[in-house]
Amino acid sequence: MQGGLTMERVAEKNENLWLMVVSPGIWAAHFLLCYSTTAVWCAKVVGRDGPLGEARMAIAIYTVLALAGIGIVGWIAARRQSYGSETVPQAFDTPGERHRFLGFVTLLLSALSAVATAYVGLTALFIQTCH
Amino acid sequence: MLVQIIAQNIRRHRIGGLTASQRRLASARSGRICCRRQGRKVGSLVVLGSLLVLAGCSGPLSTLDAAGRGAERIATLFWWLAASAILIWVAVIGLTVYAVRLRPEPHSQRAAKLLIIGGGVALPTLVLAGYLVYGLSLLPDLLQPAPPGSLRIAVTGEQWWWRVRYLAPDGEAVELANELRLPVGEPVEVLLDSPDVIHSFWIPSLAGKLDMIPGRVNRMALEPTKTGVFQGACAEYCGTAHALMRFYVAVEEKEKFARWLARQKQPAQAAAGPLARRGQELFLANGCGACHAIRGTPAEGVIGPDLTHVGGRLSLGAGILPNEADDFLRWMARTEDLKPGVHMPSFGMLPTQHLRALAAYLDGLE
Repeated sequence: MQGGLTMERVAEKNENLWLMVVSPGIWAAHFLLCYSTTAVWCAKVVGRDGPLGEARMAIAIYTVLALAGIGIVGWIAARRQSYGSETVPQAFDTPGERHRFLGFVTLLLSALSAVATAYVGLTALFIQTCH
Repeated sequence: MLVQIIAQNIRRHRIGGLTASQRRLASARSGRICCRRQGRKVGSLVVLGSLLVLAGCSGPLSTLDAAGRGAERIATLFWWLAASAILIWVAVIGLTVYAVRLRPEPHSQRAAKLLIIGGGVALPTLVLAGYLVYGLSLLPDLLQPAPPGSLRIAVTGEQWWWRVRYLAPDGEAVELANELRLPVGEPVEVLLDSPDVIHSFWIPSLAGKLDMIPGRVNRMALEPTKTGVFQGACAEYCGTAHALMRFYVAVEEKEKFARWLARQKQPAQAAAGPLARRGQELFLANGCGACHAIRGTPAEGVIGPDLTHVGGRLSLGAGILPNEADDFLRWMARTEDLKPGVHMPSFGMLPTQHLRALAAYLDGLE
């Protein structure tokens, strides 16, 4: 009875699986954007001896946006993970448990993506030229 | 663990045929003695092993035996990394001993959680971030090009040797091969490219490595801090003779370097003696000049290494042979044996007297 009620309230949809890959997706997009912006800037705009200048600013903006996006996903995931009265996801085959488990996985992936995105963004703090 | 197993085996072997009490006594004594002896043996093995490993840190091909600004930074980074790797290893082994030997009983959930999240998540993230910041902070200086007006040297990765051209400010170039000479304490700009396949230019004692990519010119700044003779190698697999694509780098005092460069600019000296003169005739008659240039003679080939001052170089065949008349002879007679995949054909079909004359001629081109 309890299980039936839970299933009704947290019936998993396809979107829940998609949410899991959003944070790593944001990291990948951020990496690609930083790379291509810098490559085009150095090859076509200022040349190999030029300063990174605005490209660094662009990377800073990408990084802030990416971290904000990952933060939002992480927040949604944290709410899902703490759904119900259990504190830690267990391995029971119930809809509520799946909900919590997917939330937990999404939260961990978000944390990993945030660290990776910050590491990529750090580069722009130190490298100031196209050398 | 290994020491214990060895000690136990030795103990078992020695105490056969004794009474139970004797065995116990013998076991206790021999255990102590054997373990002490084994411990000493293992200790001396560790010391010997460490010495052997450390011996690999020096030599003409070692970043840890740094003789240039870039290599010095890289060596410092390496020592920091090695030190923290040892520290982390000791901490992990210490924890293992603690958990297995010292306090094998269950610990509180809270302590376990703290260790896993603190030591397994937070600490690696922070340590890696610290090293990333340190590594990134080194980069701007390592990638800094040599200041304008510095000596410029163009190095081209050929199959499988190095074409070296010293570029004068007026655009004139002095070509040589498989050898760099650099003035100590002066920044030098090295321009790297390749006509066909990717190579990687690496002088471990002086700086990091950089790829030579067809279609683009990569730049590297070298600043030697010590005089001496070092070696370089191709650090990117490029084909059959990749492992035999070496070169020598001589770092010299400025005056000595200037004298050397002035000499390299001169055309080849005239062949001295009848044997060398015969060698020069044979060089031209056998078509060597189609691939090799010897400035000041009709030999003007550009496919192979420039041989104008080949006798004065530190090595032959791209760092694989010494530079004596006999080595010239060996190289010409058995080129393909000495360097499989080489584009120069062997001239072993020439009579030995001819090869000797050619060797005398080339050896005399100092």
